[in-house]
Formats: sequence, structure tokens, C-alpha cells
Amino acid sequence: MIRRKMLGLAAAAVTASGLVFGAAAQAQDVIKLGAIAPKTGPLAGGAVVTQWPNVELWAKQVNARGGLDVGGKKMMIEVIEYDDKTNPGEHIKLAQRLAEQDKVDFVVAPYGTGFNIATAPIYGRYGYPMIAVSAITDKMDELTQRYPNLFFTLGTTTAFVEGVKEILVEQRDAGAIGNEVAMVNVADAFGIELADRARDIFGEAGFELVYDKSYPLGTPDLSPVMKGAKDSGAKAFVAWSYPPDSFGLAEQAIIEDLDVAVYYSAVATSFPAFGAAYGNKINNVLGAGGTNVDDPKVAEYRKAHEELTGKVADYWASANTYAALQILEQAIEGAGTLDRDTVTQYIKDNSFDTVMGSLSFENNVSHTFWSVGQWQDGVFRGVKGSNVDGAVPVRLKDGWAE
Amino acid sequence: MKPSGWLELLIAAALVVLAAFVPMFANGYWLSIAVTGMMYIALSTSWALFSGPTHYISLATGAFFGVGGYMVGTMMSDYQLSFWVPLIVAPLVAAALALLIGIATLRLSGVYFVIFTLGLAEMIRNLISWIQNNFLGSRGLYVLTDFRDHHLYWMLLGVAGVIYLLGWIVNRSRIGFALRIIGNDETVARHVGINTATAKVIMFTTTGFFAALVGAIIAPRWSYIEPNQVFSPQLSFLVVIMALLGGAGRLWGPLVGVIPFTIIWEWVGVQFPNQSTLFLGLAFLLIVYVLPNGVVGRIEQLRDRIGEGRS
Repeated sequence: MIRRKMLGLAAAAVTASGLVFGAAAQAQDVIKLGAIAPKTGPLAGGAVVTQWPNVELWAKQVNARGGLDVGGKKMMIEVIEYDDKTNPGEHIKLAQRLAEQDKVDFVVAPYGTGFNIATAPIYGRYGYPMIAVSAITDKMDELTQRYPNLFFTLGTTTAFVEGVKEILVEQRDAGAIGNEVAMVNVADAFGIELADRARDIFGEAGFELVYDKSYPLGTPDLSPVMKGAKDSGAKAFVAWSYPPDSFGLAEQAIIEDLDVAVYYSAVATSFPAFGAAYGNKINNVLGAGGTNVDDPKVAEYRKAHEELTGKVADYWASANTYAALQILEQAIEGAGTLDRDTVTQYIKDNSFDTVMGSLSFENNVSHTFWSVGQWQDGVFRGVKGSNVDGAVPVRLKDGWAE
Repeated sequence: MKPSGWLELLIAAALVVLAAFVPMFANGYWLSIAVTGMMYIALSTSWALFSGPTHYISLATGAFFGVGGYMVGTMMSDYQLSFWVPLIVAPLVAAALALLIGIATLRLSGVYFVIFTLGLAEMIRNLISWIQNNFLGSRGLYVLTDFRDHHLYWMLLGVAGVIYLLGWIVNRSRIGFALRIIGNDETVARHVGINTATAKVIMFTTTGFFAALVGAIIAPRWSYIEPNQVFSPQLSFLVVIMALLGGAGRLWGPLVGVIPFTIIWEWVGVQFPNQSTLFLGLAFLLIVYVLPNGVVGRIEQLRDRIGEGRS
């Protein structure tokens, strides 16, 4: 009886030691990467296109290569992911959880401007380098000074408006449009901010906003907005819009047969679903983002994206999101350590070879990005950008026929 | 004054003192749950001040909470004011708003009042978006402060303590007595000469004031405010569920509901991230059917039954 008990104890001890040492060994071989982004809620539609597949793709590729080389030691990637339900309170709590309970080594920056800014103080406190992608603001200087671990890669609000302005000026000089511009915006922080900048920047360039209206986020009926734009007679239409309404506006433009030479809608125009929904009808529609599909690196990336995740990459921030992970990868390998301060400093000091080309940071902000793209025969190509190659000439919108 | 009243207050004060030490022990993750919990304790207790005795179910918490958060955002971001200015102004604005709304709607009874308050948060959100869009032209509202979770926790604890004390005083005052009669039978209340409208409006305004104060305190935690985030209908429902779970009939009832619910809600969020709304609906049904008077009500019922058995 006593013997059996002792055997049992011994077995338990062996198991326990196995657990302890097993866990220790595992902790040394794996890099834990925390990722929080919406899988449900209003921003989920964008995050499942742009954010999540890239995390999956990158982790799969790195692990297929045998992991990252950290100071001569191969380490596999383990992704710990949570759904923030598009709720900032939830996101903050989960960010704490990543740092305190899961003790992740690195994090993927959140999806959405508000979420990046909300988590910056937390990740900053734990020293995580945060390479933000889906965050556009004009307050980058103030934010990066406050949070030295925060990096921006997708451009500023002003850069987006400037891109559109350049196109308008070019087309006015070419005689395709006049001085009149019809502008609408979604009444949400992002749309209001862009419209506000555009009023100044378009005005300085001598344009007159003959129609300037906003509509609430999630409004189901955009037909009055489009009718008003049509009645204004402007040959240029600019919409600072969000995912659901970018689709809704295109639909109304088709119904109303909006007669313009320049048609621009902001976020989600670059989504493959946008092209799939309207086919040739939206040929020559302009939108935020862009990519250079002829670049072999981009082509290779897009192919791998489709093969490994089963989804088509979008024609904008997908590549930037992947590039941000490549930067993290190269910084960890380059620094040869998991020490977060060393890795952060490495990101500041070096340039990185990514799918977006060579990328480096100037005061924590990267100036390599696309600002405007255009649907040209089934592909959304970059037409305006900063430090990117392969911009194609802008084409004029000519009707909404199939 | 019954001695039990003073005892209750003494226990509450001791609990506040104990709760103040939580940030010394909790790590970042548990502290962030504690902040959420303390936020709901303040909101639910203040909600129950009005809805408990009167039985008017208000879903307006999200609206006033949003006013608080939004005003901190706009005053700090657009007008470069210190955090403390909106912290004082926002609750006053919300109280004024609640006063107007109370005067207009508290003559409505039962279900009409519920529906109106449900629509209120949505209405204010759209109104604010409209104002921001047409007159202010904002560039995103940043709330950048040096507050950390333990600062917010202490502020919320202070607010919760004040709400509790206020509730304790109200319960022993003429207005508390009036509210209880209104809750039992409003017609009778009117017949015995109680100015029912005034009593209701005063308490409704008070809950609006505190919801905005809590919303303002929690705003620095988000750093970036969008109207669509702060005017959350889910918040209104959570507050009602937590208060009802504990029992809205007693001042300390919501407290009993909030603590287990916050922890269970956290667990559900981690285990079943995609089914949390379903869980919320089920919790609502369960509480209404199984615990109509909350955990506290059920305990008191059991105690009475045991008491009867003895005698």
C-alpha cells in the first residue's frame, strides 16, 4: 500500500518536472506574438480583409522556414489572438492581458486609428514596439513624441487629401474638369477630419465646392446625397467615405448615372469585394490606397496571400500590414535578441527590405505609402503615392456601363 | 434613525477603504478589470437610485455616459482645456439634459419611457455628430493624459462612494419615501399629495449627472474618442442587467450583481468571444424569470421563510 503510494508520488514528481522543464524549454523556442483586432463589430469587415490574413500568412511563412533566427537560435512564432469586438474598453483590457497573463514577446499593432492611440500608452509602458498600419492622423509628431515606441506607416490625413488634390489639378489643367467639385463625407471622426482638410486644401488650389454634404455613419439610403451631387453639375466627385457607404455611393452613382470625369471614394474602394460587386461598371473609379501589382515582390506576396489564407489581399493596407510584420521580423533577427528596447532601437536606426520596397523611419514615421489608386480593368493600381514606384497615369471616368 | 442604518454606512465606509488598496495588489490585467468593475458599480448604483424605487427602467445611461466622454474629448482636443474643466462641466451639462428630458418624458409611463430612453443615446450621438460635422469640424478627439489605471480606479471609487452616501441619505429622506410610494402605486402617491413629477425628475437628473461623471473619468483610458464608441447601447443594457442581478431594491444590491457579473463576463469574453451577445440576452432572461428581485431579493425571501419556519 505504501509502496504504491510512493510510486504514485514519484510518477507525479516526474510528470511535474516534465511539465516544468517542458514549459521552460518551450518558452525558449517560441516567440509569442500577441494580436488583438476586431472579429466582430463595426470594424470587423475591414479587419478580416486587411489585418487578420496577414498575421496568419506571415506566421505560417516564418514557421515554414523554421522560425526566426534570434542570435543564432531558431525560434518559431506562436500567435495569441483576441477579438476586441470593436470595443476600446475591451481592447485595452485584452492588451493588459497579453502583457501580464500571456507575457507575449511582441505585439501586432491594432486595427483602426482609435485603437492604436488607445493602446499606445499600455504597450509603451511594457516597451513593445508598435508598428501601426491602419492608423491615419495628422497628430503623428505629438503622438510619437509621447509614445517613442509607436511607429506610423500608412501616411497622414493631409497626404491623402493632397493626393486627390493633385489629381484634380492635373485634370483641370487637362481640361477634363472645371473648378467645381462635389464633395460628401461620412459624419464620423475620420470622414470629418478628411473633409475638413479638403475644404482648405481644395480651396487653396482654387476649387469651388459646389456641393458639400455629409451623411451619418451607417445610413441606409444614400440616394439623396447622390442626387444632390448630380444636380450640382460638377465634373468631379469626391467622397470621404467608409466601408459600407463607399459601396452604397457607387451603387447610387450607377443608378443615377452620375456624369463625372473624376470619381473618388475613400476607404474600401481598394477592397477586392468592391471590384467583385460592380465589375466593369466601376472601371476608372479612384479610391484611397493603391498598389503596384507589376512589382514581382508584390505579385509574389499576393499569390502567397491567396494560397495560404484563401483570401485575396486588398489593394492597399494589406501590403503595408505585411510590411510591418516584415519590419518586426528583420528587426528581431537584426538585433539578435528578444529584448524589446534593443529591437525598438533597431527599427529606428535601420531600413528594411519589405513588400512595399525599402522602408525606413524618420522620427518614427515612414513616408513610403500609396495615397490614391484607381480601378483599371479589374485591378486597383496606385496612381499617387510617396516614395513608391510604379504609379500609372490617371484615367478619366467615362460612364457606368457594364 | 435605526442603528442598522449607521451600521450599514460603517460597513460601506470600511469596504471603500479596503477597495482603495486593490491597486497595490492587482497587476495590470486585474486592475483593468477592477476599473471596469468599479465603473459599473458606480453606474449601476446610481441607476438604481432612480430606477430601483420607482421601477422606471431607464436605458439612458449610455446617453449620459457618452456626453461625459465626448465632452472630455472635445474640450481637451478642440479647446485645449485641462481635464478637470470638462470633469466638472460635463456632469452639469448632462444633468441639465436629464432635467429637460425628465420634464418632457417622466409623465410617460412604463414601456413608453423605456423605449424613449433607448432611443435617447442614439439621438444624442447623431445630434453630436451633426454639430461636430457642421459647426466644429473636428480632427478626431484626443484625450492624452498621464493618468494610469490606478488613478482612474481611485477616482471611480470616490464617485461610487459619494453615490452610495447620497443614496443612503435619500433613502432616509422625504424624497426617498416619496419615490417608494411612486414605485408601489403612482396614483396613490398623487392622491396623498406627493408631487410625483418633481420627485422623479430630481432623481433622474441625479443619475444623469453621475453617469456623465463616470463617462468623463473613463475617457482618458481610451485616449481617442469617437461618438460611436462612447454612446454605446450595450453599456445601458449591461448596467440594467447588473443592477437587476444584484437587486435594485437595496442600495447595496447592484454591488452584489456587478462583481460576479464582471468576472463572469470577462471569462465569457475570453472563452466564447463570438457568443457574448447571446450570453447577454440569456442573462437578461434568466434574471427576469428566476431572480426578479435580484440575488439580494432572493436572499431576503429565504431569510423571511426561515424566520417564518422558526416562529
